[in-house]
Amino acid sequence: MKEPQIIVIGNGMVGYKFCEKLRSKTSSFNLIVFGEEPRRAYDRVHLSEYFNGKTADDLSLSTENWYQEQNITLFLNNPIVKIDRELQKVYTAIGLDYHYDILVFATGSGAFVPNIPGIEKEGVFVYRTIEDLDLISGYAKKAKTASVIGGGLLGLEAAKALIDLGIERTSIIEFAPRLMPRQIDTAGSDMLKSKLADLGLQIHLNKNTTSIEGDGRITALKFSDDTALDVDMLVISAGIKPRDELAKACGIEVGPRGGIVVDQKMQTNDPAIFAIGECALYDGMIYGLIAPGYEMAEVLATNLCEGDKTFTGFDMSTKLKLIGIDVASFGDNFITEPDCRTIIFENKHKGVYKRINVSNDGQYLLGGILIGDATAYNLLLQTSNNRIVLPENPEELILGARGGSEPAGGAGITGLPDGALICSCEGVSKGDICSAVADGSCENIDDLKKCTKAGTGCGGCLPMVKDLMTYTLKSQGKYIKNVICEHFNYSRQELFDLIHIHELKSYDEVLDALGKNDGCEVCKPLVSSLLASLWNEMILKKGNDVAQDSNDRFLANIQKGGSYSVVPRVPGGEITPDKLIVIGEVAKKYNLYTKITGGQRIDLFGAHLNDLPIIWEELIAAGFESGHAYGKGLRTVKSCVGSTWCRFGLHDSVSFAIRIEERYRGIRAPHKFKSAVSGCIRECAEAQSKDFGIIATEKGWNLYVCGNGGSKPQHALLLATDLDSETCIKYIDRFLMFYIRTADPLTRTATWLNKMEGGIDYLRNVIINDSLGMAAQWENEIENLIASYKCEWKEAVENPAIRKRFSHFVNAPEDKDPTIEFVEMRGQKRTAEWKTV
Amino acid sequence: MTEQSNWLAACRVEDAIENGGVCVKHGEDQIALFYFTRRNEWYATQNECPHKKQMALSRGMIGSTTDEPKVACPFHKKTFSLSTGECLSGDECAIKTYPVKIENGTVYIGTTPKS
Repeated sequence: MKEPQIIVIGNGMVGYKFCEKLRSKTSSFNLIVFGEEPRRAYDRVHLSEYFNGKTADDLSLSTENWYQEQNITLFLNNPIVKIDRELQKVYTAIGLDYHYDILVFATGSGAFVPNIPGIEKEGVFVYRTIEDLDLISGYAKKAKTASVIGGGLLGLEAAKALIDLGIERTSIIEFAPRLMPRQIDTAGSDMLKSKLADLGLQIHLNKNTTSIEGDGRITALKFSDDTALDVDMLVISAGIKPRDELAKACGIEVGPRGGIVVDQKMQTNDPAIFAIGECALYDGMIYGLIAPGYEMAEVLATNLCEGDKTFTGFDMSTKLKLIGIDVASFGDNFITEPDCRTIIFENKHKGVYKRINVSNDGQYLLGGILIGDATAYNLLLQTSNNRIVLPENPEELILGARGGSEPAGGAGITGLPDGALICSCEGVSKGDICSAVADGSCENIDDLKKCTKAGTGCGGCLPMVKDLMTYTLKSQGKYIKNVICEHFNYSRQELFDLIHIHELKSYDEVLDALGKNDGCEVCKPLVSSLLASLWNEMILKKGNDVAQDSNDRFLANIQKGGSYSVVPRVPGGEITPDKLIVIGEVAKKYNLYTKITGGQRIDLFGAHLNDLPIIWEELIAAGFESGHAYGKGLRTVKSCVGSTWCRFGLHDSVSFAIRIEERYRGIRAPHKFKSAVSGCIRECAEAQSKDFGIIATEKGWNLYVCGNGGSKPQHALLLATDLDSETCIKYIDRFLMFYIRTADPLTRTATWLNKMEGGIDYLRNVIINDSLGMAAQWENEIENLIASYKCEWKEAVENPAIRKRFSHFVNAPEDKDPTIEFVEMRGQKRTAEWKTV
Repeated sequence: MTEQSNWLAACRVEDAIENGGVCVKHGEDQIALFYFTRRNEWYATQNECPHKKQMALSRGMIGSTTDEPKVACPFHKKTFSLSTGECLSGDECAIKTYPVKIENGTVYIGTTPKS
């Protein structure tokens, strides 16, 4: 018997999700998809990331072959223009027709364009598709001022995009008296407005645009209050309009203000025809968010496979980051007294506004609004959705517990019921996540994402998903032994000691003695790092080169496109004019892009593999040495100028920084580590953000440890005060060896300390009071490492066998990789973008 | 396997890198050649990693998972089977693999892909 045929009109996010869900349930049905855009379904929620370097390919929801593998026929660039419900046929623009047994509208929405005189002028855009974005970015090159009509969610996204495109003056025009009128209240809008103004965005509220001026091309906007604004371009983002024109033309019922009318099964008034996503009107409402769209896809796919699901509306709670500002609303966000009691917290200094609406009996959380800080969003949403009885002082939910050092979040998560919906995009509950962890199928976040799909939509729930995973593992009393990989049944710390005891010197020796099979990309660099930390031999010797991570293998950082970067050490950030000239000359000679790094040195990008030895030869001849920017080891010791010049400086921070950098250069560790020395409490070197940081006091140095910048910044903690230089160095010696010996692979000092039982007090006891009795041994070990330091690059260029490895082709050693491409930008070269298919 | 008529003399055995890869120029093409000394096996694959189209696989680390020989791209650590070319990181993309033979100390690569 022939399979029934389903035709989906529309290949947006919801159309794609429908196909995915249907195919995960059944391989029956002939499935045909028509999309009018030229590309496969892509992530429209994160569209603005297109301007931050993501490519259309990155945004794509599927791989190139997905549709084929799933046995789905996909037509792109191929809009349906007509439907004949009698014959059950759809017609394409070029006149071909296809029969359907079931027809699904997933046509989504288009931009709502208000009927303003002059709207047709050049320089007026909508913000909806990748093609729109290409048009906008093309035009933005010659624009200095731009406006966005619409202060809602999409309008603010569009304004962000214009700022990213380098428009000097961007403004937002909103008809309503406040921004994001569907999500936030007036006080929240005021807070958001002042934060946006800080970023250089002009906000005009209560503005009704009456005409778009200009001779063929937009030059200004006129408003109903007789004011005007000069602009070079305009983006319309005044809301969405369901794409219901096809449905309407074939007589399917649509709402008075648009939208294909559907019931709880997503069925239209024609039983063979369904609608899902932003084109569907359920109970008088268009659901303009991704999570309800996915839910509609799930309902329809389930019912087509003889399941029984209904759509009964959807929680429109939302959290997003707009231009770096958290904005969230949940539950009944606008309910006011006397129907509830509101608790409001406002901090204009920090730009934070939080409002929660509590039931009159004080028992339940009804809804709320968060601006500037939405860290509590997930927990508040769960508390509201699951009707969890509030604590005695519900204000603590938005103020955080004060005084105690216990991090918030943990207790809240364990209190949630199993049914609590954690990932609303994919409909994953707490129970789903915990049982996937508990039955042993997922022990890391990637597995969890693959197996439950949680966190794969907007990603907002990921922190909570991670916490749930950790709590479940812990509650099972699981001793998570960090076995390195299938080839070594040891933790890093165990392997460190074993290699030491057996005096093993190469990767192969270690594998033969302690491991099995052939090794892999996980254990190889780890063992190589241990060998370097223990013996400090040239890392490319003894066949160890092939066991190094790519960066270590070629003593340089591999960059996008396949070229490498070169970073000479500049201890303490101090450099003579002559050496600066050498760097400049080398960069010119080998056509390298130069940039000052955050660690007070100079990075030279875009070197061909073949050129690395000759570049380094020239640098070494001028007195430079490797900066180890490629290795897991000491990077830089940053310094402020200190007492030699600064009128506030207490000690010579530069000299001390140079001494520290030269002491620990080249030492390999579980991860990179950084340091800084500040000459006074003004802390210009930012030492408290480093793995170890030193700040001058009247009496000596204060030593801070385990700070971190990066994605999860953490201030370093004070380990000891008013130290003389020798004691300070002694403590750093001990600290580093303790870290090198005991940290898990790829763990920075901050995370290492966070996992340490007893925390900073325990660490202080080990370092200062020598509570483990290890201090003397560690000091001895680090002295050996320091004494055996050699510049790796000097050794590499002087060793013909190693030097030979720096060519791209084994059978054409002089030829460079011809596929490396550069383009010009601001007078220098830069690497070409990732090549897309 | 298809009949090979085109064998490219890639390099001498001693020019190959033990337990690692080198890149072989073949006209406009680039082929990664791996000498898996530990298993006494030779493998050849396309040099381009299909993930981000980078000419990099020859610089990747090789190893095995269960018994499957594999290479990890240095860019984002996608891993591919050296014997079948299949992507082992759960992605859809596979790489081309080529036959290798050794004669009189010279390494030859069959330039018609196996897969």
